[in-house]
Amino acid sequence: MPEPDKATLARRDEIVAAMRAIVPGEGVIVSDAELRAYESDGLTAYRQPPLVVVLPETTEQVSRILSYCHGNGVRVVPRGAGTSLSGGALPLADGILLGMAKFNRILDIDIPNRVVVAQPGVTNMAITQAVEHAGFYYAPDPSSQIACTIGGNVAENSGGVHCLKYGLTTNNVLGLEVVLVDGAVVRLGGKHLDAEGYDLIGVLTGSEGLLGVVTEVSVRILRRPETAKALLIGFAGNEAAGACVADIIGSGIIPAGMEMMDQLATNAAEDFIAAGYPRDAAAILIVELDGPEAEVDALVERVRALALSRQATTIRASADERERLAFWAGRKAAFPAVGRISPDYYVMDGTIPRHHLPAVLARISELSERHRLRVANVFHAGDGNLHPMILYDANAPGELERAEALGAEILKLCVEVGGVLTGEHGVGVEKRDLMPAQFSETDLKQQQRLKCAFDPASLLNPGKVFPTLHRCAELGRMHIHGGRMPHPELPRF
Amino acid sequence: MTDILRPANADDTLEAVRGAAADAIRLEVVAGGSKRVIGRPCEVQAVLDVSGLAGIVAYEPEELVLTALPGTPMAELEAALAERRQHLAFEPADLRALLGTSEATPTLGGVVAANLSGPRRIKTGAARDHVLGMKLVTGRAEAVKTGGTVVKNVTGYELAKLLTGSWGTLAVMTEISVRALPAPEAIETVIVEGLTDEAAVALLTAAVGGTFEVSGAAHLPAAVNARGVAETCLRLEGIPLSVTARREALLAFVRGHGRARLLDGGESRLLWTAIRDITPFCGDGGQAVWRISVAPTEGPRAVAGIARRIPCQAYYDWSGGLVWLATDADGDAGAEVVRAAVGPHGHATLIRAPAAVRAAQAVFQPQPPALAALSRRVKEAFDPHGLLNPGRMAADA
Repeated sequence: MPEPDKATLARRDEIVAAMRAIVPGEGVIVSDAELRAYESDGLTAYRQPPLVVVLPETTEQVSRILSYCHGNGVRVVPRGAGTSLSGGALPLADGILLGMAKFNRILDIDIPNRVVVAQPGVTNMAITQAVEHAGFYYAPDPSSQIACTIGGNVAENSGGVHCLKYGLTTNNVLGLEVVLVDGAVVRLGGKHLDAEGYDLIGVLTGSEGLLGVVTEVSVRILRRPETAKALLIGFAGNEAAGACVADIIGSGIIPAGMEMMDQLATNAAEDFIAAGYPRDAAAILIVELDGPEAEVDALVERVRALALSRQATTIRASADERERLAFWAGRKAAFPAVGRISPDYYVMDGTIPRHHLPAVLARISELSERHRLRVANVFHAGDGNLHPMILYDANAPGELERAEALGAEILKLCVEVGGVLTGEHGVGVEKRDLMPAQFSETDLKQQQRLKCAFDPASLLNPGKVFPTLHRCAELGRMHIHGGRMPHPELPRF
Repeated sequence: MTDILRPANADDTLEAVRGAAADAIRLEVVAGGSKRVIGRPCEVQAVLDVSGLAGIVAYEPEELVLTALPGTPMAELEAALAERRQHLAFEPADLRALLGTSEATPTLGGVVAANLSGPRRIKTGAARDHVLGMKLVTGRAEAVKTGGTVVKNVTGYELAKLLTGSWGTLAVMTEISVRALPAPEAIETVIVEGLTDEAAVALLTAAVGGTFEVSGAAHLPAAVNARGVAETCLRLEGIPLSVTARREALLAFVRGHGRARLLDGGESRLLWTAIRDITPFCGDGGQAVWRISVAPTEGPRAVAGIARRIPCQAYYDWSGGLVWLATDADGDAGAEVVRAAVGPHGHATLIRAPAAVRAAQAVFQPQPPALAALSRRVKEAFDPHGLLNPGRMAADA
């Protein structure tokens, strides 16, 4: 992380007083005990109490806070519910932690236009709960949806198990109100389908709090499908399971969800909640189909036939809603289930082209042996998003380091086969130093120039995403060597 | 006479932009040229024609991804996809007939640069929702890659989204990866006749909010419909058995709203292609055409507000949220009236107008000062010397 600025640390009282002048009452937190509650997010290996926590309640307060920080060179780390798995909300010793929890109101439910307008501190689940009386829901469903906020979802471009059919956060956001680092408030998009001008919603979504602070979000809501059914399919090998995934998609079916679990994850889940998974299967698939009843019934039969042709050892279709939820219960409990068989575990999040799945699992198994750490795999098989869980014991000397080294090798493997470092958890501090595995120096510098367009002094969430911090003035210089027009080698008229 | 540079590959393109940067030569970036007349006319010294960067680089139907060069003709791309019963689900429009560019070739690069979409936008999104990654040459004369070939990817900023719909003003695309999705096996359309604009949009939004999985929701008022009657159109797509079941449910749902009829697959394709390609306004090339984007329920109000002040014709797509509006092309082509009626919660783009009108009027929606300043800084981050399509989106950017 960037070295704390001593001058800022020395001015703490003055900064706290300025914050109290903007946010009255209990919205400014300074005591050591209370600051500790904010010292980490979902990536608990990294901890750092912030300089001060500020909990604004209005856009105007956010604007004044950022305007003050901009004028005084104070760093800011925005935070939603703090469920990030990549350290996106890890505080800075010399930075204000800007907690958005008090932005907790749903502002508008517009069923005819299929839009909900919410403040960023509203939880993902609360949006669905606000519209389910009318038969609607909000599609992206990260596992942490009871706790994680829609503002955090925008910052991380969160996914979930239904991305393949319904998209990530970015495909479901229609409008944003954003406070820029100088305090300016801009509104992008709204209830109409396409925002005007450059797609700034597209870059703000997934920008991990480095470009601006979101103070209002308009999301698309969808009608709940008429019905949903799931198939539980067991295979004797990863190859057969991977081939079945390709067959399903190749046949023109886009399932609402398609999850895969390996034997270690399956058995851990079975020990934990007895979902009825076949313990002897090398891999299981959960394939969910949703839509009109007639369509779902037909597709269930198509998937069953495809599974049979790949020598599935178990094929069960959910007979009712209770059984469908039971199939999912094991998958949804996979992380805590693995938590029961190991003192600690470390969740990875690479994405790969689907057809590399069997080969990647074989390589992960080799790496696991070489690093002498067990790895349980759960996988959003439909969209190639792999979540290996590395089992380790933080109290055993050197195991955390080995787990991190193994994790880095797995992510590099994902890039090597044409995939990416992170599918839905974000780069944050966790994968920051791996970015050069996927991007060249030129690629990363161009991304940082975009950051400079939003935040020239690098005050918003510095130390995340980019392995090397460049000054914006240096990035702005343009060196052109050689090449004078016209070019004789280019064919022209 | 303007120089035309025709790079054959990404390296040539980088070389060309580097040369332009060295000599401060402003470039118009084109591929097939079918949408060249959209936007403010650019003042340039040379044309960078990337139609030579053509061809499909990789197509993996099971991975649902296709990578192609920007100059690849859409016809070639669509044929390759159709062979594997897939398509680009965002249904990009072919604007040649509307724009009078019939001799030009729509390309993937043009579709992405314009962030085109079609009636299926309400269900599956626009080009920006389907572009997975790309390679670029920025106005800084640097080759950059962004995104990848997988759907689920949050590694770094999504520059590919920013480039999509940037009308060639930020960088020159040299390779694009897009999602390929299964094409529907069956298509049918339910049409309700004789509704007012308000009643039609109320029906469309209700149907789109139902469980029918409507993939197209348009209203053609009598004045713009070749059949001479107002038609409210709802498209159903999917496997045949599913389409049949949903059609029966939808027919029951619209009962009581007006006389309903059905279009089969062949007729449906023709209808939705016409709605997508703005065929109702292709006949009279002398009229200006606006593309208005508002909340669906606001569409009829915006049109009524405009019609009270100037002569115009309009029809609705996206259940009322996309309005195609034709006005007289003289004066400001109705810019002041149109933008006043749309208000702050939507936007209007002057898609077709004579060059003189496009030079004098803001073609794209003018932005509030803070947003306009941010957009300029974003442009500068990619193209600090304003080499690429200068002024196309805004006079000062």
